[in-house]
Amino acid sequence: MTQRIHHHGRGSASEDRLRDLLVRGLAGDATAYHAFLKDLSTHLRAFFRKRLSGLQDEVEDLVQEALLAVHNQRHTYDPGQPLTAWVYAIAKYKLADLLRRRAGRDALNEPLNDEFDVLAHNDSEAATAHLDVAKLLQRLPDRQRLPIIHMKLEGMSVVETARVTGMSESAVKVGVHRGLKALAAMIRMRR
Amino acid sequence: MKTDELVTLLATGAGSVEPDATARRYATALGWGAFGATLLMAILLGVRPDIDAAARLPMFWIKLAFPASVAIGSLFAASRLSRPGARLGWVPGALAAPVLAMWLLTAYVLLGAPLPERAELVMGRTWEYCLFDVPLLSVPVLVATLWAMKGLAPTRLALAGGAAGLLAGAIGALVYALHCPEMDAPFIGVWYVAGMLIPAAAGALLGPIVLRW
Repeated sequence: MTQRIHHHGRGSASEDRLRDLLVRGLAGDATAYHAFLKDLSTHLRAFFRKRLSGLQDEVEDLVQEALLAVHNQRHTYDPGQPLTAWVYAIAKYKLADLLRRRAGRDALNEPLNDEFDVLAHNDSEAATAHLDVAKLLQRLPDRQRLPIIHMKLEGMSVVETARVTGMSESAVKVGVHRGLKALAAMIRMRR
Repeated sequence: MKTDELVTLLATGAGSVEPDATARRYATALGWGAFGATLLMAILLGVRPDIDAAARLPMFWIKLAFPASVAIGSLFAASRLSRPGARLGWVPGALAAPVLAMWLLTAYVLLGAPLPERAELVMGRTWEYCLFDVPLLSVPVLVATLWAMKGLAPTRLALAGGAAGLLAGAIGALVYALHCPEMDAPFIGVWYVAGMLIPAAAGALLGPIVLRW
């Protein structure tokens, strides 16, 4: 079995480590960025699992939605700002958005006033996500779908993707960017 | 797709992110918005014909400095509200300061004027125009600022929309001041403030609708 709801004190060690990974990731270090997202997903899972007691089915979907949001909105992180505050604001926004859409069906388990909690716990036991990003991907138009498949799933470079698809390099970059935004919108509208 | 697979998908080929995304986006939005507002003013209203003479009076510059300082404060508010978890800090104080200063000047002028003239100092001759034209001239900046916010990540949508609206209203008032013939502080303290608050309220209502992500 894997560890569940593991405690890291006040989360300051996580804060420093994750912040460092993200800052390196924003500068183009893909390995650091991967480690950041992977670690962040365990914190988000613990955060949402604790707060969606009546909606455990939704936890993994919300983790994925929040990861996509963090990725699409990563240019809004200011390295001078505490990472905890940034992640918490995004996680809380996505959680509130989910609950607003399900208004009345389930009440919030705990009040949302515990900012410093968000990086303090982690939970690496992924549940099954009900939404399937791979399926949603198929619904994107070619100009977004193909760049995402070649670059993000097959790991091709921009230049290679441009050659394979016949698109320009800037069109490839725009396609990935807009496609991931469109995916985030589809995930939001699934409910 | 499993979460770990999604993580790999997102991280693969993610590349670097250009810093100062917020600043660049706001610079573009404000440039186009202010250009649009000025164009609207020039075409629909026209610059006041006596602007050369007016520019020699301090009140003309106070009338520009007031909305300009509200614009600067609301630009800080809007850009902070566009980033998750950024705190407003001193920004509300910086927004309140020019308004309070204008109201102090208003009170000073009114108290120094004979009673029968006070109503005219407040109402001027063009208050209805001010109340209509400032919101009208604010439309380009409001649209552009909401576009800028939409590409960032506001989490308090009504507040963010309100800040966008106040920024738009302040730029609208700044541009309108080049047309507006009124030169009394009480007029500015009442109608310019009201004119700026209309787009601010519109932005606060629009925010939760158009800024969702």
